[in-house]
Amino acid sequence: MTSTNEAPAGAAGEGPVEKVLAGTGTFLDDRLHAAKSTRTLLKKVFPDHWTFLLGEIALYSFIILLLTGTFLTLFFKPSMTSLVYHGTYSRLDGVRMSEAYASTLNISFDVRGGLLMRQIHHWAADLFMAAIMAHMIRIFFTGAYRKPRELNWLIGITLFTLGMLEGLFGYSLPDDLLSGAGLRILEGVILGIPIVGTYISFFLFGGQFPGMDIIPRLYIIHVLLIPGLLLALITAHLFLMFHQKHTQMPGKGRTDKNVVGQPLYPYFMAKTGAFFFFVFGVLALLSALAQINPVWLYGPYNPVAMSAGSQPDFYMGMLEGALRIFPNWSWNLWGHTFAWNVLIPALVPLGLLFTGAALWPFLERWITGDQREHHVNDRPRNAATRTAIGIAVITWYGIMWLEGANDVIADHFQISLYTTTEIARYAVVIGPVIAYILTKRICLGLQRKDAATLLHGYETGIIQMRPNGEYVELHAPVPEEERAVLEARTTAPLPLEAGSDDDSGVPDPALRGPVGKLRLALNRVVTESVPLPVGNGHGTNGHGNGHGGNGHGSSVAGEPERAAVTSGEDGKTLLGRDSPEDPGEH
Amino acid sequence: MSWIIARRRRPVAGYAVVLLGLIAVGVVYAAFTTQGSPASASSPAASSRETAVGRQLFVQNCSSCHGLLAQGTNTGPSLIGVGAAAVDFQVSTGRMPLKEIEAQAQRKPPVLNTAQTHAIAAYISSLGGGPAIPGASQVSTQGADTGLGQQLFTSNCAQCHNFVGAGGALTQGKYAPALTASTPTQIYEAMLTGPEAMPVFNDTTITPSEKRDMIAYVTETRSAPNPGGFSLGRVGPVTEGLVGWIGGIGALVLSALWITAKRRVHE
Amino acid sequence: MSSTEGYTGDFPPGGGPDGGEAEASRAPHRVIGTPPPAEQRTLLGTSESDAPPAPPRELPADPDDLAGASRAEKIVAALFILAMLAGFGFIAAYIGLPLGASLDSVLRSNLALGISMGVAFMAMGVGAVIWVRRLMPDVELTEARKPLASPPEDREAFAETFREGAETSQFVKRPILRRSLIAATVPLLLAPLVLLRDLGPLPGTKLRHTVWRKGLRLVISDTGRPIRPADFGSPGGMITVIPEGYQTNDNALVKATAIIIKFEPGELKYPTNLKWTVDNIVAYSKICTHVGCPVALYEQTTHHILCPCHQSTFDATKGATVLFGPANRPLPQLPMGVDSEGYLVALSDFKVPVGPSFWERG
Repeated sequence: MTSTNEAPAGAAGEGPVEKVLAGTGTFLDDRLHAAKSTRTLLKKVFPDHWTFLLGEIALYSFIILLLTGTFLTLFFKPSMTSLVYHGTYSRLDGVRMSEAYASTLNISFDVRGGLLMRQIHHWAADLFMAAIMAHMIRIFFTGAYRKPRELNWLIGITLFTLGMLEGLFGYSLPDDLLSGAGLRILEGVILGIPIVGTYISFFLFGGQFPGMDIIPRLYIIHVLLIPGLLLALITAHLFLMFHQKHTQMPGKGRTDKNVVGQPLYPYFMAKTGAFFFFVFGVLALLSALAQINPVWLYGPYNPVAMSAGSQPDFYMGMLEGALRIFPNWSWNLWGHTFAWNVLIPALVPLGLLFTGAALWPFLERWITGDQREHHVNDRPRNAATRTAIGIAVITWYGIMWLEGANDVIADHFQISLYTTTEIARYAVVIGPVIAYILTKRICLGLQRKDAATLLHGYETGIIQMRPNGEYVELHAPVPEEERAVLEARTTAPLPLEAGSDDDSGVPDPALRGPVGKLRLALNRVVTESVPLPVGNGHGTNGHGNGHGGNGHGSSVAGEPERAAVTSGEDGKTLLGRDSPEDPGEH
Repeated sequence: MSWIIARRRRPVAGYAVVLLGLIAVGVVYAAFTTQGSPASASSPAASSRETAVGRQLFVQNCSSCHGLLAQGTNTGPSLIGVGAAAVDFQVSTGRMPLKEIEAQAQRKPPVLNTAQTHAIAAYISSLGGGPAIPGASQVSTQGADTGLGQQLFTSNCAQCHNFVGAGGALTQGKYAPALTASTPTQIYEAMLTGPEAMPVFNDTTITPSEKRDMIAYVTETRSAPNPGGFSLGRVGPVTEGLVGWIGGIGALVLSALWITAKRRVHE
Repeated sequence: MSSTEGYTGDFPPGGGPDGGEAEASRAPHRVIGTPPPAEQRTLLGTSESDAPPAPPRELPADPDDLAGASRAEKIVAALFILAMLAGFGFIAAYIGLPLGASLDSVLRSNLALGISMGVAFMAMGVGAVIWVRRLMPDVELTEARKPLASPPEDREAFAETFREGAETSQFVKRPILRRSLIAATVPLLLAPLVLLRDLGPLPGTKLRHTVWRKGLRLVISDTGRPIRPADFGSPGGMITVIPEGYQTNDNALVKATAIIIKFEPGELKYPTNLKWTVDNIVAYSKICTHVGCPVALYEQTTHHILCPCHQSTFDATKGATVLFGPANRPLPQLPMGVDSEGYLVALSDFKVPVGPSFWERG
């Protein structure tokens, strides 16, 4: 709306679009001067890929959590006052319980739609955390955290941490047997903290566990403090994504200098709106059909009791597993107890995970020396070492996670309980190593396959006999679109070279000394990759290979060639494969 | 194989892979939700003629392990003094006669009928007394206080059998069985006699009336509907997490694949 | 709002008799079918009439497959109507399905509300996706990315402004001003921490003690009945006990809860303190020494006590020493005797602190 004329004649009354433009549009622009910026917004291009919607699951789950959570606060009483229940759920008639638990029963059995809202709230919390995990995994494997998106990666990790806390506090509120046990374990862990542990515990619980204060305190943190922080950080997360423009998957015509996709208005709006409906719909159906957190079956918290198979929600399972597998080390020194059996499993695995994840983008940038902006995602295979590290971490996490459910696994698959723990104790160390090695080999193998495909095209299955009696298989050329994907290696890490020069011809001083040597060694590992065949028309991405006398993974088409894995350590060819002649002679 | 290779680049291939994955995990999930139906209760009786029949049945079915005089052997413990309740529990749940030595005898369809079971019970009882088979009035849940039952069950049973009696793992391959198929009589007998690893809860520590309350709580809860939908095995958050990932994230990933799939109109 | 390209209006897809469908599919940018009734509808057409001609529109007005789009329109409309019906169904279920005393009524209500709500949203979602995939023409646009880093001159200009401000404010030049400001903020930052002090009392030695004392009876939890050794006569018996008079005191029970176990003569061995046992009955704390879960998973055949939380296993015959798992210390044994009426009583508090490790425990 560049015009300031209010209600231009002839515009009104000619279709809804014109009416809106003339009416509301003019009204708003006269006051906000927003026509130009809003138009830019509407035309903003969003790239499409199904994995880009994982984060949206988390976003929409969060909105649903806010909506259903508000409903629940209208009925929930965050009070630990003891009462004797005589309500609708007759099986607990005459049982002593807290007001919080009784009001949860009330929401479930006396408020119409209350059980549905409770279940949607809990399922949405599970989905929120699951989607954050899946989203984070996608970001990691495609390298979408790289410059310029490191800040958003850090915000994401903070959101993950806050989400865990929010969930833990949330499922503690109903004061049922399971949540009380969770709080009891939390208290035990806090007590294990050296020097300040007992003080923190007494301040948190307002005295001895359980006291009368913990649920009101957790309540206000759960409904106000953390949701506020989450909302602020999610806003920042989305704003940064918006401002920096979304990454895109490699493909024809997609570079670090553009973004290919469909405009916000009307395409992305319609799609993301549809996805919001799907998230809400799936949550409503799950909550109609699958019972979650049946607190009436757990019973109220009772300090003398505990149930078999007590587990936290899945996103805390890794912590539970770590507590189960860690050996019972503990020291008594100078009149003080160092409870390593509690401290290490409670703090170290998650600490390592979050600190490692937070530092990784910067560490990788330091190792590769890659200061470029990246807007085209990596295919996971093309960053073999990163992918291998990711799979190793997932394996490590997954083993502890499984061990967090080892009693249920032992019971249902009839394995000895101790055996599961013993296996996990070894697997948590060996598993990641095996996962790393396997993944790296598989990634390099896939790279090799891509290189071969680029060189020869696809196998057609048609066998041709040559005049000399030789049989060859005909290969079809790779379609242009797929070729673009296979060649998308512009973002592969840059190898550093000892004594290599920068743009102005000065040797890099950062590569001397022990730190520099370490950096070089790490660089060789991280940048290990199968070179693309040259002569495929990708001049922009010819990153150097061949340091230290490496074999060249390229050859003139038409000769038998060898796609070689180059390893920086000694430059020897690790794996190779003879290929048949290229019949296409492209 | 070549059929798959030929189709792997089709747009449906992605859905097919996700679908296969879902089915695979669904099968795993099925293993987590085992169900059983409660059997009907039996009534106890004892007479001197029954004892003779019982002895005969004992010799045929039990004496190879427990000895001809129930005095016990290397493979089976002495049954003198265990009481009729123990015999009825073991035989009516199909645990005895044992087919093979395991970490723990499993619940099976009973080999002997109720009359035969009671006959053996009467014979064993005649050897050295012990707890009797509870009568119908003892296991009637009429007018029981489920609230007290819930508290006693949670304090004393739930740590092994889980909060609703879905069972749980013990050490060295043993397990606390699910109470989904146990009759009120069997639950009573189990508390009274402490089969296998289970501790004994005699009638002075937990009175018969309190036992009835506990039985009422277990049997009413297990037959109660799940107002929130499918029970997911009633084993707590483990299956919930599984369903959240498979049902929730799985379904949403499928819809995300659909929303973002390339359009192929002219194929 | 965006109108510089010249809107051609909301042409109904496939509404008109379009014989040239195949033709249209090859030229999606051309407006086909009946043209919109008035070109002058273009909002800013008059005001920009002297401006250079509007650039060609970026988005095609109609999809290639107009007949398919018409079919899709019907499907989408049907889905939206389904969503509407389901929405009404939700309201009807809320009003028509009251909650009674039975769980079945809750189940019915939850199913009806959840499924109607789920169907409504799913129908909206499916409809919207079909709409965008079948009714909106497929486009792919490319937008240029500007480098995120500002041009050097902008950075320099910013730096200059920043420097200027810093100088003008005198903050850099006058250290006393600067330091006193910093000094002023320190107590203000500490104040909130101080405010947290009254969140709870100091621990003192509270964690070292429980409410057990000499002569306090052991009673069965939930029923509150005291126990005579003879009542607990069957070997293999186990029961949860609490101190008499504390049945409703959760703070006390959290530490004082214990289990008593009856053994065959001779089964109890060192390091169990036999002086604290009565008639082969021993009392152990029920609170796990790992992180404090109640342990009571007792196997009478192996005499293992297992914690259901993290699977620490204790040997009940040998003073509840640790056999397996993350717990480091045995479950403390409660000194136990009988009073004049023959009931089980505590002889004193536990001799060592119960429950999880804490720093001052030693």
